[in-house]
Amino acid sequence: MIPEMKLELHERRRYVWEMPKHGEMRVVGRVYGDEATVEQLHADVRMGKAWNALKQVYNVACLPGLQKASLAMPDVHPGYGYPIGGVGAFDLKEGVISVGGVGFDAGCNVANIRIPLKRRDIEAKKKVLAEALYRDIPAGLGIRGEIGISWDQLDEILEKGARFAIDMGYGYKDDVRFIEKNGSIEGADPQLVSETAKKRESKQLGTLGSGNHYLEVQYVDEIFDREAADAFGLAQDGIIVSIHCGSRALGHQVGTDFLKVLDAASKKYKIPIRERELVCAPIESEEGRRYFSTIKAAMNYGYANKEVLVHLARVIMDRIFDLDESEMPLLYLISHNSVMEEEHQIGGKVETLLVHRKGATRAFGPGSEELPNEYVGVGQPVLVGGTMGTCSHILKGTETAMEETFGSACHGAGRRMSRRQALRTWRGEQIVRDLEKKGIVAKGHGWKGIAEESPGAYKDVNQVVSVMHGSDIARKVAKVRPLICIKG
Amino acid sequence: MARTELRRFGFFEHEADVGIFGVGSSLEEAFQEGAKALFQVMADIENIEPEIRINIKAEAPDEEALFVEWLNALLAQKDIEDMFFSDFEVRIQHLQKLFVLTGVAKGERTNPQKHHLKIEVKAATYSQLKVERLEKGYKVQCVVDV
Repeated sequence: MIPEMKLELHERRRYVWEMPKHGEMRVVGRVYGDEATVEQLHADVRMGKAWNALKQVYNVACLPGLQKASLAMPDVHPGYGYPIGGVGAFDLKEGVISVGGVGFDAGCNVANIRIPLKRRDIEAKKKVLAEALYRDIPAGLGIRGEIGISWDQLDEILEKGARFAIDMGYGYKDDVRFIEKNGSIEGADPQLVSETAKKRESKQLGTLGSGNHYLEVQYVDEIFDREAADAFGLAQDGIIVSIHCGSRALGHQVGTDFLKVLDAASKKYKIPIRERELVCAPIESEEGRRYFSTIKAAMNYGYANKEVLVHLARVIMDRIFDLDESEMPLLYLISHNSVMEEEHQIGGKVETLLVHRKGATRAFGPGSEELPNEYVGVGQPVLVGGTMGTCSHILKGTETAMEETFGSACHGAGRRMSRRQALRTWRGEQIVRDLEKKGIVAKGHGWKGIAEESPGAYKDVNQVVSVMHGSDIARKVAKVRPLICIKG
Repeated sequence: MARTELRRFGFFEHEADVGIFGVGSSLEEAFQEGAKALFQVMADIENIEPEIRINIKAEAPDEEALFVEWLNALLAQKDIEDMFFSDFEVRIQHLQKLFVLTGVAKGERTNPQKHHLKIEVKAATYSQLKVERLEKGYKVQCVVDV
């Protein structure tokens, strides 16, 4: 570790901690968390851990053109270059773009579908529904979807995202209003996506993948904010289908391709490399522009993939409960591995910035132009995924988030235990039995995958969400609990 | 290539993902073992017959990055060919400013039941990436993002 680094956080207000600007930092570091989270971060520093989230907060704070602060949300843990939960917003002229600020699964997102049923309706057909979802939602490693697309169609998906999936007959026209960026990021260039990335895509459209990706049927367990819940269409015991996955192998390959390009660019533009995963290029450089246009295409693929899965889920719900597609609207779709151009206030002026969110979501406050009419009065739905056996949350974005975090909030619970440790601690079969006792049907495409994703391997999502609520970055609207979990 | 006592692969602890390593009497052997570790994360490699050969090429400015390139090239071929691999051959040449790897990956078409598929690796990363000269041979390691 560089001797001048003082990786210490000081409390600024309840749940908000800062690392003062020192060494080569251009701005402060700011972490949202409770005492336990901060103690864990400090302990990692004391133990001299190489893989260290505070060091990553420091490193990001040293990048050229970073605005206001190097931010970390309460689900913070060490990542690649950026910490997970990291947010970095850059001035377009001086700033840099990096793979580390997006991750290897660009456009990994969560979509929630509102289902016009109550908990008791699902309970009555829980086994049948779980079986159908497990069988008909393509998931797990090595899985291929049913949808063959031509290279020309793939290019259209990369350019138009969810809009093209809908044109192909997957999804419902009105869905785009409830997807960030309307499900289609402008300026994506399919021609820049490598042939390898496109070949890897083969038959992956409409697949969930593996790891921490999931499809859950959830019910609304508790409502904290009646007005916002009404705007989001949430009622006690109401049903949500929540789907978490990303841009699949195509997105992974884009990340891999550009890590190499940006590795060379960092040297070319003489940007100090503090961690090799944090390599970057000036936003305005040829390499930077190329990466941005390519990653937009990968994110569009993520939207389209999700839109197809939303369609498949609706088809299954229709088959079992006789519901029409238009009765199952999207509540919202939001990414948590992204880089986007956005307008934010800097020193009283509106500036266009490039905002990286690695394991963090948007949390736009009321009045944001990007929100659909239904939500503009209350703020954007923030979908926070929990763990299999516990719960997930739906929050709303705030003015404070717009002022402090470039309209960003946490994305999930955050891991607290390694996968290998989880495998030593739990058995998949036992977890499934335990969940069943709690009334949750869990189905996975491998026992080991289930053990690795054990609820105990994650932080308490309620605590993570309390920090967001308590610091007024995103406020609690509703808590949902799973009835069915399908793990990839 | 003759099997030596030194040849082995394994894993190391990592908070969110998985650390993999390979050890061999030469850098090439260590790369081969590292690739076995990569596929062991995703499947049971003893169940993958090395029936079909796929040629792999990779290049990088240094040996460390070459290991990551090699693993990522294998991940790409896994998807493109719809295969899983269990046996590898590697040759590494050091040209002026470039390390060039020519290799072969041997395996068979994806069979989820037979191969006991586990968890997908998204990418090999530069995190905790190391090429170490041992008293006898080499050790290579990195973290893979799952």
